[in-house]
Amino acid sequence: MNSVLLIDMVLLGLAVIVAIGVISVRSLLGAVMLGGIYSLLMALIWQNMNAVDVAFTEASVGAGISTVLLVGTLLHTRRDTNQSPAIHWPALFAVVLTGSFLIYGTLDMPAYGDPNAPIHTGRVKELLGQHVGKVDREGNHHPWKYGSIAEQSVPTDEPVHSYPPPRTHAGDDHAAAAGAHGHPEDDFKGHSPNTVTSLLAAYRGYDTMFETAVIFTAGMAMVLLLRRREEDA
Amino acid sequence: MKDQVVLRVMTKLLVPFMLVFGCYVIAHGELGPGGGFQGGVILAAGFILYGIVYGKPELHRVVPRRVVDALAGMGVLLYAGVGVWTMLLGGRFLDYSVLPAVDYGAAEALGMVLVEYGVGITVCTVMITVYDMISEEGRS
Repeated sequence: MNSVLLIDMVLLGLAVIVAIGVISVRSLLGAVMLGGIYSLLMALIWQNMNAVDVAFTEASVGAGISTVLLVGTLLHTRRDTNQSPAIHWPALFAVVLTGSFLIYGTLDMPAYGDPNAPIHTGRVKELLGQHVGKVDREGNHHPWKYGSIAEQSVPTDEPVHSYPPPRTHAGDDHAAAAGAHGHPEDDFKGHSPNTVTSLLAAYRGYDTMFETAVIFTAGMAMVLLLRRREEDA
Repeated sequence: MKDQVVLRVMTKLLVPFMLVFGCYVIAHGELGPGGGFQGGVILAAGFILYGIVYGKPELHRVVPRRVVDALAGMGVLLYAGVGVWTMLLGGRFLDYSVLPAVDYGAAEALGMVLVEYGVGITVCTVMITVYDMISEEGRS
């Protein structure tokens, strides 16, 4: 059996067990701790799928800060629930229905890691062929202009970058052209090998800016709602 | 928890490494895994651990509330300021390629790094604020 699949199954099985533990345990502190363990397991699962940035976020936010904030909330309440967990049938029905729809939706998706998936054959090739705001091999900078994505042609002699990237050894011409870590040379001339960050901070900079504004607004709302005036001194 | 010797010593040992690691994650956002958000959360975790073990007054002595509030705004301002800077240099809002750097790729990386600093500062200070507000004592 594929070892990656085996690890995934063990981790997902543990995650399901922990999730059942979260809703069935009576101690609230225990539930919070199990929630942290669940996040840590999910971080391992993301890591197993090579989604390092997602795993990093899950570990720091899910297992770290969320647990601390929930423990802080526990200081204001009791340690145990006052009622034993019971099955709420309408809620269970709604959850099972939604879950079935989601699983049904995944049936249309290509298999995980399929190199012939549309994202690898169509969209990525198109993105790599796009040279708006990029520097080509001759060092020419293409400034943005309206309609420039539609105008430009997709080069057909470019090799299709498959996922996972083909294993190349040092000294290979293709490895040198593709830059470090087997990334396409899309990473801003090697200055930003982390594709996730270049996506979040450069290609989708507006998005990230307003996400930061949302976080800032949340913090300010907490200050305005919860801070007492005499403590401001 | 002020009388727990083990906790106090281990916190003093751990917090500097957490802060350095958080700064590393923010600064290397475009080179490796992580970025402003994750690094900011790690930085905030360091401060929050310090606050839990040594108490809120001590945390407020290290990072006063005024500083935390001001930095939360500064992060967003830095992010938006990079956008305004690129507009002043003749580009579009957040078009990093016009920033002064040796070549185009370095300009993009410079813009990304500055923006990640903004995200990290805001996330770190807001997380500290959320902890500060949630763990308010003497409130039921």
